Amino acid sequence: MRALCWEGANSLAVRQVPDPELRNAHDMIVRVRRSATCGADLPLLAGRSPFLAAGDVLGHEFLGEVTEVGPQVRRHRVGDRVVVCAAVACGSCWYCRQGLYSCCDNGGASTAAAEAAWGQPTGGCYGHPRATGGFAGSHAEYVRVPYADVGAFTVPETVSDDRAVFASDAAPAGWMGAELGEVGPGDVVAVWGAGAVGQLTAQAATLLGADRVIVIDRHPDRLRMAEAHTGAETLNFELTDVPAELRERSGGRGPDVCVEAVGAADGGGRPASLAERFTGRRDGPVEDPLAVREAVHACRKGGTVFVSGTFTGFVDTFPLGAVMNKGLTLRSARQHGQRWIPMLLDRMARDELRTEHLATHRLPLDQGPAGYALFRDRADGCVRAVFTPEG
Amino acid sequence: MVRMGRQALAALRTLVVPRRRSRPDADPRPGRWQVVTVDRPAAEVLPGGRWPEPLRPLDGAVELWLRPAPGGRGTELAARPLGGVATLPGMAAHLVGDDPGLFLRDTLRRVKQLVETGEVLRADRSPMDRPAVPG
Repeated sequence: MRALCWEGANSLAVRQVPDPELRNAHDMIVRVRRSATCGADLPLLAGRSPFLAAGDVLGHEFLGEVTEVGPQVRRHRVGDRVVVCAAVACGSCWYCRQGLYSCCDNGGASTAAAEAAWGQPTGGCYGHPRATGGFAGSHAEYVRVPYADVGAFTVPETVSDDRAVFASDAAPAGWMGAELGEVGPGDVVAVWGAGAVGQLTAQAATLLGADRVIVIDRHPDRLRMAEAHTGAETLNFELTDVPAELRERSGGRGPDVCVEAVGAADGGGRPASLAERFTGRRDGPVEDPLAVREAVHACRKGGTVFVSGTFTGFVDTFPLGAVMNKGLTLRSARQHGQRWIPMLLDRMARDELRTEHLATHRLPLDQGPAGYALFRDRADGCVRAVFTPEG
Repeated sequence: MVRMGRQALAALRTLVVPRRRSRPDADPRPGRWQVVTVDRPAAEVLPGGRWPEPLRPLDGAVELWLRPAPGGRGTELAARPLGGVATLPGMAAHLVGDDPGLFLRDTLRRVKQLVETGEVLRADRSPMDRPAVPG
């Protein structure tokens, strides 16, 4: 089959690779109909993961049709149209029972790297290095889905592929930021990042009753899209004093809930640091806590800061003093999609949650390298490139 | 969650831990205990007091210990090389390699997966392991 393979830093190519195979009794095989780019791919694309190997297939946000099921799969049959949660989780361990699916004890086939980096192994993810999961990505004609009864969800007939594909990752990530940030009626919510996750966080906050939602970014096209599709107010951080604006718009208190949803930051307009100039590591996405720092400073006393962005290692200059002295609650997670996907699909079916506008570029898989270049550079108004392997 | 009766648990401990020498938290020697929490009652972790398949090749080379996990989290299962030292005999040494702790942790994790999900999760085979069929 054809698949979009990582070849080296900032180098992708569509290659012939072996078809996936059932490896466990709870597996199934899905023929991919839609597979979206995601900010979490950018550090991998840039070659920042020492565990990614040439030939690895990227992609983790996808929807497709079941073509083969293992003997222990009960909820799905060949022909079902399913959206698959990007996080691989068993559904049976203590963490899954608590709804913390991305923390699943059994979701990774290879766990040594995660244990070394973070102290404990976490759940798996498609399209990530073998050392941190072991599952090929979805930018391919077919993909293997482990724990299929837990991670795959039948899409209601009335929900289009273009809408439902975002129930795989961006929509649950957005919902998580609002729900775990404990957004409630009357809240003022600030969201850093007007990409897919930021916009869906804004939509979720509105659905949870927020009085005022403010989205912050520096790309005018993304801000316009957020205004048009989420009803949020927007701020361009290159043109205004964000903390002052947020104070003004929240009665001087600061937002009740601040969500950082920048993803793999593009570095904003700040000058390169000495270290970045020395190492030459300013040519791609950076793990920059700029938005987190601003969120912590802006948040009202006793409020909540939720970090949705793509952080994999260390960041410096974190304002721990402000967290303590303002009595903030700081939360974060990779998305626990299995917890919310059925509800999100219901909302999509009722037209309460609309996502298709986020797919600004729909491309055949063969144009995958060009799609990632657009997405990485935020060029041509790209919010998400979505690939159609069958197209 | 099904819980094991106190008498049954005591009987199980007697059955499966004849080589136990001390509790994990009281061990002053090298060869640290490796522990995993399995979200199931003890009777499901070591059914009938038998060692589950991933541990069986290490029978005679490691000692086991188990107890109920607090907060209804199932069962804590611990293992370490017999005698508390890193050097193991024969086939066990071959299996364990240079890092018995890592190997034991991996083995315990496989036991946990088997008990909790019914199977040990396998990674996709890499393209290098399998030739592509042109299509």
